[in-house]
Amino acid sequence: MPQSADRVLDHAPLFREPEYQEMFARKRAEFECPVPDDKVAEQGEFTKTWDYREKNFARESLVVNPAKACQPLGAVFAAAGFSRCMSFVHGSQGCVAYYRSHLSRHFKEPCSAVSSSMTEDAAVFGGLQNMIDGLANCSALYQPDMIAVSTTCMAEVIGDDLQGFISNAKKKGSVAEDFPVPYAHTPAFVGSHVDGYDNMIKGILENFWKGAERTPGTAINIIPGFDGYCVGNNRELKRLLDLMGVDYTFISDASDQFDTPSDGEFRMYDGGTTIDEVKAALNAKGTISLQYWNTRKTMDYIAGEGQETATFHYPLGIRATDALLMKVSELSGKPIPEAIRLERGRLVDAMADSQSHLHGKKYAIYGDPDFVQAMARFVMETGGEPTHCLATNGTKAWEAEMKEMLAADPFGASAQVWAGKDLWHLRSLLFTEPVDFMIGNSYGKYLERDTGTPLIRLTFPIFDRHHHHRFPLMGYQGGLRVLTTILDKVFDKLDAETIVAGVTDYSYDLTR
Amino acid sequence: MSLDYENDGELHAKLIEEVLAQYPDKFAKRRKKHLSVAADAGTEEIEGEAQAVTECDVKSNIKSIPGVMTIRGCAYAGSKGVVWGPIKDMVHISHGPVGCGQYSWSQRRNYYIGNTGIDTFVTMQFTSDFQERDIVFGGDKKLERIIDEIENLFPLANGISIQSECPIGLIGDDIEAVSKKKAKEHDTTIVPVRCEGFRGVSQSLGHHIANDAIRDWVFDKKEREVVTTPYDVNVIGDYNIGGDAWASRILLEKIGLRVVGNWSGDATLAEVENAVHAKLNLIHCYRSMNYICRHMEEKYDIPWMEYNFFGPSQIAMSLRKIAKHYGPEIEAKAEAVIAKYQPLVDKVIAKYGPRLKGKKVMLYVGGLRPRHVVNAYEDLGMEIAGTGYEFAHNDDYQRTGHYVKKGTLIYDDVTGYELEKFIEKVRPDLVGSGIKEKYPVQKMGIPFRQMHSWDYSGPYHGYDGFAIFARDMDLAINNPVWDLFDAPWAATDAPLAAAAE
Repeated sequence: MPQSADRVLDHAPLFREPEYQEMFARKRAEFECPVPDDKVAEQGEFTKTWDYREKNFARESLVVNPAKACQPLGAVFAAAGFSRCMSFVHGSQGCVAYYRSHLSRHFKEPCSAVSSSMTEDAAVFGGLQNMIDGLANCSALYQPDMIAVSTTCMAEVIGDDLQGFISNAKKKGSVAEDFPVPYAHTPAFVGSHVDGYDNMIKGILENFWKGAERTPGTAINIIPGFDGYCVGNNRELKRLLDLMGVDYTFISDASDQFDTPSDGEFRMYDGGTTIDEVKAALNAKGTISLQYWNTRKTMDYIAGEGQETATFHYPLGIRATDALLMKVSELSGKPIPEAIRLERGRLVDAMADSQSHLHGKKYAIYGDPDFVQAMARFVMETGGEPTHCLATNGTKAWEAEMKEMLAADPFGASAQVWAGKDLWHLRSLLFTEPVDFMIGNSYGKYLERDTGTPLIRLTFPIFDRHHHHRFPLMGYQGGLRVLTTILDKVFDKLDAETIVAGVTDYSYDLTR
Repeated sequence: MSLDYENDGELHAKLIEEVLAQYPDKFAKRRKKHLSVAADAGTEEIEGEAQAVTECDVKSNIKSIPGVMTIRGCAYAGSKGVVWGPIKDMVHISHGPVGCGQYSWSQRRNYYIGNTGIDTFVTMQFTSDFQERDIVFGGDKKLERIIDEIENLFPLANGISIQSECPIGLIGDDIEAVSKKKAKEHDTTIVPVRCEGFRGVSQSLGHHIANDAIRDWVFDKKEREVVTTPYDVNVIGDYNIGGDAWASRILLEKIGLRVVGNWSGDATLAEVENAVHAKLNLIHCYRSMNYICRHMEEKYDIPWMEYNFFGPSQIAMSLRKIAKHYGPEIEAKAEAVIAKYQPLVDKVIAKYGPRLKGKKVMLYVGGLRPRHVVNAYEDLGMEIAGTGYEFAHNDDYQRTGHYVKKGTLIYDDVTGYELEKFIEKVRPDLVGSGIKEKYPVQKMGIPFRQMHSWDYSGPYHGYDGFAIFARDMDLAINNPVWDLFDAPWAATDAPLAAAAE
């Protein structure tokens, strides 16, 4: 009996004990009717081949291990960035449980959202009554300043009309006529969470801007896009903008909402863009989107309102941060202070110190389109090669833009772009055209196990490591964090490969 | 021996009144039926002992109210997430848009052994990733192609299940016809499951539908030579969270039983198919799998028995109950097993008991745990102040009366608002619930353990599991972080020196 009170063994050591190992073998032999070992080994080897890759890429319908989620998740995230705003997702209730869990598992934070809890009868008769009751209950219990309505695919399939339903609910007194209930249709069968983000931001802006007269001012708006690192990133960007003395408004800022302190009080709402700020944002001189592929409709709408617009792709590293700051300077008329130039120099200094360990390294990068674009660009700045760039929710247009960017850089010459592919495709790629490292999210750990490619976790969702999202990736400070994260993996790998005493003592260096 | 205590029923009744006051009238009336205080219901004979029981008089298994932040999930979660998902050698297609499969991917910690992606598929996300054209034109043709592609790329999969997401039932797809056609073509098992998320009121109907799909699409479909013995049992309703089923199996084997099927944690399709040859069904999660036990009793004459492997009192009681079914030989072995583990139990209680004695716990979980873990806490000297279920039925609350003490706060399908207020006012020493509840509770300075996923620990079943359970409750409650919440200076803008004057 391996278990003892002195040294309690949980699952990790317990099941490696002989009495369990023997039990597993017995179970398999007597009851499981398994596929014979040789066949399993043979198929395992086959999946590593070019032949399997070709079959795998011939897939037309099946999706395996995608790196994307559905629209309402993006809408719930977007709404979380507004002050005292409750997300209300119209449709089946299980979906909302999923979004809340998903975001909580990444941020290690509360995530509040309500559902209109539609069931079979609502599928037949429509969900109007659910909207009427739901808005009244949500407002009575959670006292939000704003309720942001999005939809699950159920409500979309039966064709519920949000505008009509909300106005009906207001007439019935669920909430006051002037209580803000912005909305966005967010069908899960169109696009991905980045589109849900886009739709919800646009819905909120339209709600407050429609009919208002624009008086152009000098402030600028920043729209971050769906960002699992919003806590670190938004705060870092605000620091830079404050250093420059820029008058700015973040449109959706979840950095406080997803990073509340532990001091005895549960804050259902914390921080975020206020309603007054959203209203005033119409008068900004211009709006900057930090993630173009997250904000296409929103930015079109804002441009249509007469503002200047500029879009980026998750600006990180040297040149992307340069471009962002210069655009901010141009729009705001504020110079970039010497302090920031010094920060930049420090990041360049760090990159120069470490360049020999990064030059020529090959990477597979996957995630949302803007992130992949950003990371590929940064990797090339370090002398690395972004061999495989994959976004399950990347479009043809993204693919074309990526190819153009990669072709313009000698370190991008061998890069391949995989729009619409999933992580089972990536598995084939890693076996047939291997790389040194993989940059992505927690789901990549299965690829790390199968292919031996070390995983560097740098994007949403990160479930199996803690607190990464509290540190910025954007700005020069963020660049340092990205650089260090990559380098740690490079050195850990080198140490792991040379750690056998009496065999590889020679490369197990103290100073690297 | 069960711990003797009573909860403050008067306070709890007052708390119920307080939370109801916040609702619009119509919904206060509806929520009222789901909240109560356990009342004295005399004594009942349980396993030969007269025990005090209570009555938990709440309505359950009723639609959630819109807009209140229910913690419940859906039928898809009940079928794919709970019943089917753990069957390891089958590919389970999340059929519909990408989200449902994505959010449930690898989140239930159904441990298994196998070559993932080759002959085992539990921690993978297979989705038909519905697009607008699939909604408009229907998804049956796509489903056919998907099945062909699975057969081509994952030839060692022993079967496929189709887990319907909301749109499937709304657009009129005929997944049953596709399943029949393709099963014949590929000579494999294909199971269509109508677990669309809008069906029913919670995960619960999904369990039922999933059970029915086993009955209709798995049982009696294959001829296979099976060796049987009189000691063949199925473990039903153990999903092997963190290895629970393994920590249970080891005990059942030691008392001389042969666990021919484990449903559904670490199960192969063969274990499900062969279950009909067993002599006894042992059911742990009654809520999610009683349906199939009743069916097997009716059709195959297999009796079933509920048991509870949380905490030494219940483990011993359950082992004796199971052994009694077989007679003296197995009973002797059961006694030997109980005796063998008793020193471990004694040491665990001696080590952790003093650190946990008298600590108050509030629970809010799913199928069986709101009652099944009560005695495990009490074995450590801890007290249950409140408990409730996401998706229980009336029979669950009846059974709960065998576990909880008079005055216990009972909440069915609790809302975020209610749970927060109850916890704030009761101020328990520990809350056991899910990921959505974890962080709000911890912010309040109250220790918390996830009681769905074992907070990434486990197993909690069996004697091996009890040691881990005790360790985990101790490390949650007695961690020094809870004493760091208050800054040592007063909350003021004035400088410290001035504030001190």
